[in-house]
Formats: sequence, C-alpha cells, structure tokens
Amino acid sequence: MLRLEKRPTPSKAWTIATPVLAVIATMVAGGILFAILGKDPVEAIKIIFWDPLFSEQFASYSRPQLLVKAGPLILIAIGLSFGFRAGIWNIGAEGQYIIGAITGAAVGLAFYPAGGWYIFPLMVVAGAFGGWLWAMIPAILRTRFNTNEILVSLLLVYVAEHIMSAMSFGLLRNPEGHGFPGSRNFRDYDVAANPELITGTGMHWGVVAAFIAVIFAYVVMTRHIMGYQIILAGQSPRAARFGGVNPNRLVVLCFAISGVLSGLAGLFEVTGPAGQITTDFNQGYGFTAIIVAFLGRLHPVGILLAGLLMALTYIGGDLAQLMLSLPKPAIQAFQGMLLFFLLAFDMLVNFRIRLAKSEAA
Amino acid sequence: MDLSTINPVLLIASLMVAATPIMLAAIGELVVEKAGVLNLGVEGMMIIGAICGFAIAVETGSPLLGFVAAAVAGAVLSLLFAFLTQILLANQVASGLALTLFGLGLSALIGQSYAGIKPPPTPKIDIPLLSDIPILGPILFGHDLMVYFAILLIAAVWAVLKYTRLGLILRAVGENHDAAHALGYKVVRIRILAIMFGGACAGLGGAYLSLIRVPQWTEGMTAGAGWIALAIVVFASWKPWRVMLGAYLFGGVTVLQFNLQAAGVNIPVQYLAMSPYLVTILVLVIMSSSKARSAMNAPAALGRIFHATH
Repeated sequence: MLRLEKRPTPSKAWTIATPVLAVIATMVAGGILFAILGKDPVEAIKIIFWDPLFSEQFASYSRPQLLVKAGPLILIAIGLSFGFRAGIWNIGAEGQYIIGAITGAAVGLAFYPAGGWYIFPLMVVAGAFGGWLWAMIPAILRTRFNTNEILVSLLLVYVAEHIMSAMSFGLLRNPEGHGFPGSRNFRDYDVAANPELITGTGMHWGVVAAFIAVIFAYVVMTRHIMGYQIILAGQSPRAARFGGVNPNRLVVLCFAISGVLSGLAGLFEVTGPAGQITTDFNQGYGFTAIIVAFLGRLHPVGILLAGLLMALTYIGGDLAQLMLSLPKPAIQAFQGMLLFFLLAFDMLVNFRIRLAKSEAA
Repeated sequence: MDLSTINPVLLIASLMVAATPIMLAAIGELVVEKAGVLNLGVEGMMIIGAICGFAIAVETGSPLLGFVAAAVAGAVLSLLFAFLTQILLANQVASGLALTLFGLGLSALIGQSYAGIKPPPTPKIDIPLLSDIPILGPILFGHDLMVYFAILLIAAVWAVLKYTRLGLILRAVGENHDAAHALGYKVVRIRILAIMFGGACAGLGGAYLSLIRVPQWTEGMTAGAGWIALAIVVFASWKPWRVMLGAYLFGGVTVLQFNLQAAGVNIPVQYLAMSPYLVTILVLVIMSSSKARSAMNAPAALGRIFHATH
C-alpha cells in the first residue's frame, strides 16, 4: 500500500518541478484526446507548442500575438495571486475585466471626437476605477455581511456580461454603425487608442502594465509588510489575527488589487486588440487567468512564464484549428486539463509517498 | 406594455419547470456539503450532463436513457474531483474550479455535432381527471416525470438525513471527520460516494435543461445555473426542503422576467435577464448577514482536508 506522509516544510524542488510535470502530462493526455478526435497527436502538439514560435510560415504573424495574449492574462493573474495566497477567492475577474473595459471606453467615447494627450490616461484611470468598483461589491458584502465572496464574485460575471450586451446595443452603440451592435472602433480614434508600440512585437501599453505589475508584485511579496501579511494569513489565519493582521482589511485590499488590474486589462484590450465594445469582446481571459495564477505557483515570475505558455496554447490552438481543423473547444478542454494535472501533482510538494509496511495488528 | 397577458396559472406551472434543474443540482450539492466537501464544479458537471444526456437521447431516441447517461456522466466527472480532493488532498476550491473549466470545454467539444437538433420529446404525464381541475390541474398535475422526481428526491434526502443511520454517519463525517474516523467510519469512502451522488444529481439537472426546458443543445447553455444551485444550498441553510423553496424562488424570478420581456415592459431585455443573478446575490446577502442562522448550520468540516495519520 502507498501512504502519504506530510512533509515538515513544502519541498522547494517539487514546487518548481510540478508545473513542468503538469505541462508534460497535459501534452500526453491532450495527445490522447486529439488522437480520439482523429488527429495526429504528435503533429497537433507540435503545431500548438512549436510552430507559433519557430515555423517559418507562421512565426512572423504569431510571435507578436504571444505578447498580445499574454499581457491581459499576466495582468489579471498577478492580481488574483494576492488573494489566492491569502485564501481570498476572487473568481469573478472576468466581470471586473468587462466593467473596466466599459467604463474606460465610455470615458474615451465621451470625448469623441476631441483630441488631447490627456484622454488616454483618463481612460486608463477610469478602467482601473471600473474594475475596482466591481470588485468592491463582493469584498464589501463579505466584510459587512459575511457573504461568500466566491459565489458573489462569480455571479457578478453574468451580470457584467448582460451589462456589456446592454451597452453595445444601447448607450455605447456607434451612432454611425448602421444599427449594428458595438461601440465606435478605437482604431479610428487615435488619441484614445492603444496601438502596437514597437512594430512587429505585439507590445502595447497593456503588456507594459503587465511587466510593471510583475515587478510590483515581486517587491510587495518579498520586501513589503503587506506581502508578509498576505502569506501569513494564507498559511495560518489564526496566527495572522494574533499578529495584528486585520482580516477584513486584507479582503478589501486583495479584491482592490485584482479589481484594478483586471479593469486595466479590460481597458487595454478594448482599446487595442479588440478595438471596440461588442457583445463578445471579452475572450474569457478572466477565467484562464485563474489557471495561469496556479500554473505560476502564485509567484510573480512563475505567472509571467505561465502567462506566456498559456498565450501559446491560445495561438497554437488557433493554428491547429486552421491546419488540422481541430475543434476550437478542444483547446479549452486542454487548458482545463492542465489545471487538473497541476493540482494532482501538487500533492508531491506537501507530501512524501511512502510504502506502508503491512501493520501487524 | 400589457401585463394582463401574463397568466398566473401558466406562470406558476412554468416556474416549477424552471426550478427543476436548479433543484436537482442543489439537492445533490447539499448532500456533498453535508459530508463536509465543497464542490464548486457543479456548473461543469451540469453542462457535461446536459450534453451527454442530449447526445444519448438523440442517438437512442429515448429521453429516459438520456437522463440515465447524464447521471452517469456527472458522476464520472465528479470522480475526478473526488480523486483530486480525497486521495491527493488537493485544495477543494481550486479543484472545483478546474472541474468547471474542464467541463465547459469538454462539453463544447462533445456537443459540436449536436447544435440545432431537436431532442426526442419527453412525454408529460397527463392524469385524466386530475389535470382537468381548473387552476390546480395545470399547476400540479400537468408536468413531466422529472418535476415530480426532483421533489421526491428532496423528500428522500430529507428523510435519509434525518431518520436513518446512513444519514447520521454522513452528517458525522461532515461535522467532525476526525471523530468519525476514530469511530471507525471510512471518511474518504463516504465522501467519495457523496461526491458521486452530487455529480449524478448535477448531471440530471443539466439534462433537464437540454432535454426538456430549452430543449436543444447550445454551448455554455447552463449559464450559471450551477453557481446559482451552490448559492441556493447556502440560502437553504443546508436544509432539504428549503432547497425546494430557494429553487422555486429562483424559478419564479426567471419565469417572471421572461414574461415581462414578452409583455413588452419598457426595460432593455438585458437588465431583465440579469435579474435572477441579482436576486440570488441579494438572497445570499440576507441569509448570511444574520450570523446565527447561516454559521450555525454550515457543516463544521466543510472544505477542510482530511488526512488520516493513523
């Protein structure tokens, strides 16, 4: 019989090794899934993980896409990692991302067609504010009324999606759009747009913000009292309370950070890659970012790498759809599988597997 | 706007139909939580049940086989969660989320060739005399079998939890797993069985959506129903009959907003459509704000990891 024995402290080596193992296991299981779908598994895995970066035919298009897709994922996942570390579960980042995009876009559209350097910065502030506001709902309900923040933050995603639809049909609809739903396209409104900063790299302001967030998170987590309190509260809420950590303040703080970062991600997405508010501009980054946060072990540098890898599966998935006519949802299932394997291998970090001797009774 | 087009009898009759999927999923999750496990994967198990039930019903032409397949599919998916949280001792919140994300992807993959098909119709039971009674007839006696099955299931769960040894053991495991373990009960085995029961119920709820309520398959068709079921368990303070009340409340809001849309109320459709989610949040807030009620009833070991060292 195999028996699990708790390690006195989590294993450092396994902490780094498990995400790698999980990715490999997902490739194998994903290969089996693709084989069941009647595709050549080796070819499919190569198209998803290798071709977007190194194929001569596609790399010039897909390499810049890597940063475009990784930017919002990293930005949101960094925000989520603070709460997840403290045992505070904001799983409604998708909603905060949508609302941030709407408030930011609304400010920009209000100025149309005026010019001025201050418009885009104002939109950024408005986007952050929108995400913050939406995140404050579950946070305040939790601290004031003890309401479960997991359920409230998630249910608010559906509310946000309906608001997004209402906005694209109503208030923010492009008056010159011939009655089609959707706002004005920011590509036609230079001072409010978030263009590619260096041609051919995919770098836009959202990616810059993501890199800044990674550095900010690293400093806070390793050098600041706040990071210490977050980690302490996650490992032992009781000890944290005795140590003078105010649990309610921590809830509000963690939700505020993730709300602001999700809102920013939404604003940068809608003014850049997406271009306009539509009924479905959101892409589900808020949910995939949860996988990114875990895959990155809730560590800033890990999240940076995990975000890039996850972005790769998006691009590779699109490519596989084109080349092998691999169905689009296959990639979604593939990403879900990754989280499964990660959680499964996580056991190795905290436990040792021992061969139990048959106990003489 | 013409509110007189809303027929209260039909409203209540359709409320019972709208409430059934949530009721099925919620009563399953109640049993899981009573055993001390928080499975946030209800949405994923529901949608897997929705597509598997739909596919089997279409292929075999039998809605009954569809429902059976949905229950099996939900239970099999929940085994993944059970393996992660009970054997590998993974975090329950994260594992539940993984189940939902994976279920949504996998269901879309399976469902590709089933979009736009009509499922075989599920017959309504029509008891000749009873269903002709004015007002009460259509409300109480004009439904399909699953509506009654869901209510029976609630009664059964209530009776088992309250009056049987099995129910007592289940509650003991959920309240204090170390004590239950010391008494010799197989904590892990009981929890795995409870999780599978929850998965089967969620699968049935999903199949009810795709086979009867809608009835067709569309990607992501559960649209948060699983999360609302989770909220209803909290609303019900882990009491079976209150799950029914909660499901009817939710069903009522859903049906009412559809009726208001049809009656042409001067509010954009989207704001009406978000009302069930807002009402759910509101109800959660009211229930959890009175600390005595919610905190005292939650199973004490809910969400805690059990690791037997002896």
